[in-house]
Amino acid sequence: MKRVFLRQALVVVSALAGLLVFPAAHAEDEAPDALIKRLSVDVLDAIKSDKAIRAGDTARVVELVDTRIMPNVNFQRMTASAVGPAWRQASPEQKTRLQDEFKILLVRTYAGALAQVKDQTIAIKPMRGFSADDKEVMVRTEVKGGGDPIQLDYRLEKTPGQGAGWRIYNLNVLGVWLVETYRSQFAQEINAKGIDGLITTLTERNKTNSKKG
Amino acid sequence: MVKAFLLSPFLGGWHTWAGRGGLLAVLALLQACAAVPYPDRRDPIESFNRRVFDFNYAVDRAVIKPVATVYRDTTPSWMRSGVGNFFNNLEDVWSVVNNALQGRLQNTGDSVGRVVINSTIGVAGLMDVASGLNIERHTTDFGTTLGRWGVSPGPYVVLPFLGSYTLREVAALPIDRQGDLVNHVSDEATRTALFLVDTVDVRAALLGPGEVAEAAALDKYSFKRETYFQMQRNRQYDGNPPDEDLAPEP
Repeated sequence: MKRVFLRQALVVVSALAGLLVFPAAHAEDEAPDALIKRLSVDVLDAIKSDKAIRAGDTARVVELVDTRIMPNVNFQRMTASAVGPAWRQASPEQKTRLQDEFKILLVRTYAGALAQVKDQTIAIKPMRGFSADDKEVMVRTEVKGGGDPIQLDYRLEKTPGQGAGWRIYNLNVLGVWLVETYRSQFAQEINAKGIDGLITTLTERNKTNSKKG
Repeated sequence: MVKAFLLSPFLGGWHTWAGRGGLLAVLALLQACAAVPYPDRRDPIESFNRRVFDFNYAVDRAVIKPVATVYRDTTPSWMRSGVGNFFNNLEDVWSVVNNALQGRLQNTGDSVGRVVINSTIGVAGLMDVASGLNIERHTTDFGTTLGRWGVSPGPYVVLPFLGSYTLREVAALPIDRQGDLVNHVSDEATRTALFLVDTVDVRAALLGPGEVAEAAALDKYSFKRETYFQMQRNRQYDGNPPDEDLAPEP
């Protein structure tokens, strides 16, 4: 009797301990490659199990991106570095507008890309020369399935104690970095029509894109 | 890359093309004077390039894209992947040579292995058995070899029908063309047929990504140019370029 009770007590105690220990372990900062792995698997699974997304339902993809991906992205940094030196001269309202419109543009683009996912898998490449004191790291991955594997790399910054401990601030597809690709296009607009001109262009582009799909 | 310039038969073959090279250069220089709103130092003949870009875009809209769409919608996917694999295998042969010229031993070995396996077990390249065995593709060409040997890329050039190049890649074109096995098929009808199928198949595979890129671009021309330069750089460093904090344009 006593032994059974003890054993049961032990189970209960260790279960409780588990409950206490695991969230604590989870709140510890995740390794950057582990975070990317988790996010990728999460997103791919969500797409594979969602017919609406695969049928090209943009609203659903936007929701997916907003809930799963955006919390792990430093979007202000992405926008600022795409806008370049003019960012410092922008008013707070202009900064907000730029971020909002840029985000819509990217999410819609991303939605188009995700709608094409079928049976892809993600392979994380080993991180070379990563040390615990690194403030910024690169995680390299490969999307496999159907045709040549597609190179997909991420740059992350350390955000101790916040979120997963790392946030994405740039990514590249086949060696093409997102922020750099927009930098010259943005500079072109700003040079010609100023920051408000860029905001208008982005807004108009988003309107045409939403009409199309 | 190797595939892009296959479009040249539309212009009467490579030899006519070479003859026109001089004319093209003169035209380019003449156009260079025209002012553009936001000059990029890598693209001194932007206003000329933009016109060619618009021309290529119109050709694609009018002919190539519609044909590729029909091809995609009427052929089974196993057939398209067979076609793609077949031409990739031919391309891998040229990658063997260039990886060797670039002194990349691992990549040369991988490419040899791919060609041997895919040409035999993979039935003349129709099946990509090597990728299933995790033997990576390392596609490269003579333009990249020149880069590896220290030749700088030179200005950006958009060629009619063929698309984005740097001057270095244009200079390497005749040699890359020799490296393309399709051009060694002696029967002209077969050669043309192979070329057309390859062009349509490559375009069909880009239908999806093309739409994504189109929605993403604010200015299609500079989007394409920036993407091209970054992909070139990535190829130059075999998918592993050193960190570079791109300074804002002056």
